[in-house]
Amino acid sequence: MNVTIVDYNSGNISSVINSFKEVAKKNVNIEVTSDLNKIKSSDKVVLPGQGSFKSCVDALNNIKGLVYTLNEFAISNKKPLLGICVGLQMFADVGYEETETKGLGWISGKVSKIDNQNGKYKLPHIGWNQINILKNSKIFKDIENNSHMYFVHSYELIPNDKRVVSATTDYSSNIVCSVEKENIFGTQFHPEKSDKTGLKIIDNFINL
Amino acid sequence: MLKNRIIPCLDVKNGRVVKGINFVDLKDAGDPVEQAKIYSDGGADEICFLDITASNENRDTIYDVVDKTSKKCFVPLTVGGGVRSVEDINKLLNCGADKVSINTAAVQNSKVVEDSSRKFGSQCIVVAIDAKRKDGGWEIFTHGGRNSTGINALEFASKMEKCGAGELLVTSMDKDGTQSGYDIELMQKISSGVNIPVIASGGVGTLDHLVEGIKSGASAVLAASIFHYGTYSVNEAKQYLASKDIPVRI
Repeated sequence: MNVTIVDYNSGNISSVINSFKEVAKKNVNIEVTSDLNKIKSSDKVVLPGQGSFKSCVDALNNIKGLVYTLNEFAISNKKPLLGICVGLQMFADVGYEETETKGLGWISGKVSKIDNQNGKYKLPHIGWNQINILKNSKIFKDIENNSHMYFVHSYELIPNDKRVVSATTDYSSNIVCSVEKENIFGTQFHPEKSDKTGLKIIDNFINL
Repeated sequence: MLKNRIIPCLDVKNGRVVKGINFVDLKDAGDPVEQAKIYSDGGADEICFLDITASNENRDTIYDVVDKTSKKCFVPLTVGGGVRSVEDINKLLNCGADKVSINTAAVQNSKVVEDSSRKFGSQCIVVAIDAKRKDGGWEIFTHGGRNSTGINALEFASKMEKCGAGELLVTSMDKDGTQSGYDIELMQKISSGVNIPVIASGGVGTLDHLVEGIKSGASAVLAASIFHYGTYSVNEAKQYLASKDIPVRI
């Protein structure tokens, strides 16, 4: 099986690569590339993302044909895709970090700054927080409710249809921290930095 | 609920741990990778490497250490010491660091903080502030605490927040190495003056000091000696904080 981590200059992805390689078994090949043909032919795709919503969307658009290929992979062919952090946020229609920016539009909704309640909550939301699992997402197999995950972000995905939400975390409000819509998965937290529990989520995705 | 973080720090010189955990069963007490693994397995919320390599020739040793550690430890890894430029930050991130802490370069040229946070995201830019009491306030020092700057620490903290720092690692030079507790007033003043998380550092000798650090408003507490010398394990520290009703990840 081929799992492709999309390398589109979206910031630091070495931890994502290390974690997938740690989890991958002998018959799983982890590829890190922006080659459209390799993405097309892979079985699963991971879309990481660090930095701002705008910088990640710009970086995707800078690689000619990449958005088209991802659409084909996830929407037309319905193959499993996992977005991490800004990778998840880009599923939305629109993001408001830096400036209003159009997202991939896979999950109807927007990405806005977390309400810090006049400074009561520090931003970025950095550190370990518990996740409240709302539905039996396939990537949460054998993951206990209230498990700790590592977060670092200042913006949150607000989907229109709450049925896509698979987990939330409590920081200022109930922030959406995981989504599942058919073959599309996303985590706002960083499974690659969430110790053994995080690696289990990666393992679940690889074994879908 | 967001948990308070406990961050053990390892001093690394020429690729070797200087103050190491004194465990008999360690195969190689100077190996930073093995020590980081012990910490992450023991429940450390993050690992911090401070590179204190003096000579430029040996500076590259840290990249190898970070590369190897990031393949074994799956908790966030912060690396600091001798970081001068956006290119240095880029190299550390590519080796597997999750965050980079910048001290002297941030003071000399705040554009490094601006440029790097724009390029890599605020989440990976930590500004390390070394502060010392002076005339009823605090002055920041650079070059590992050797050079005075005349810059007020509270003003500098706000400036770094504006420049795009994601976190501030605040070390009290008066307290560092004394094991007499954090400079609580400094931590309070900086934490309440900025809207980004503060990591308290310098002076931990007991577990109560960690409790005081969190109560001062810091989001995370960093300690070196109490863990290095095996006085307490990370897990013991967390259990103690939990017993004092401080939320931690256990």
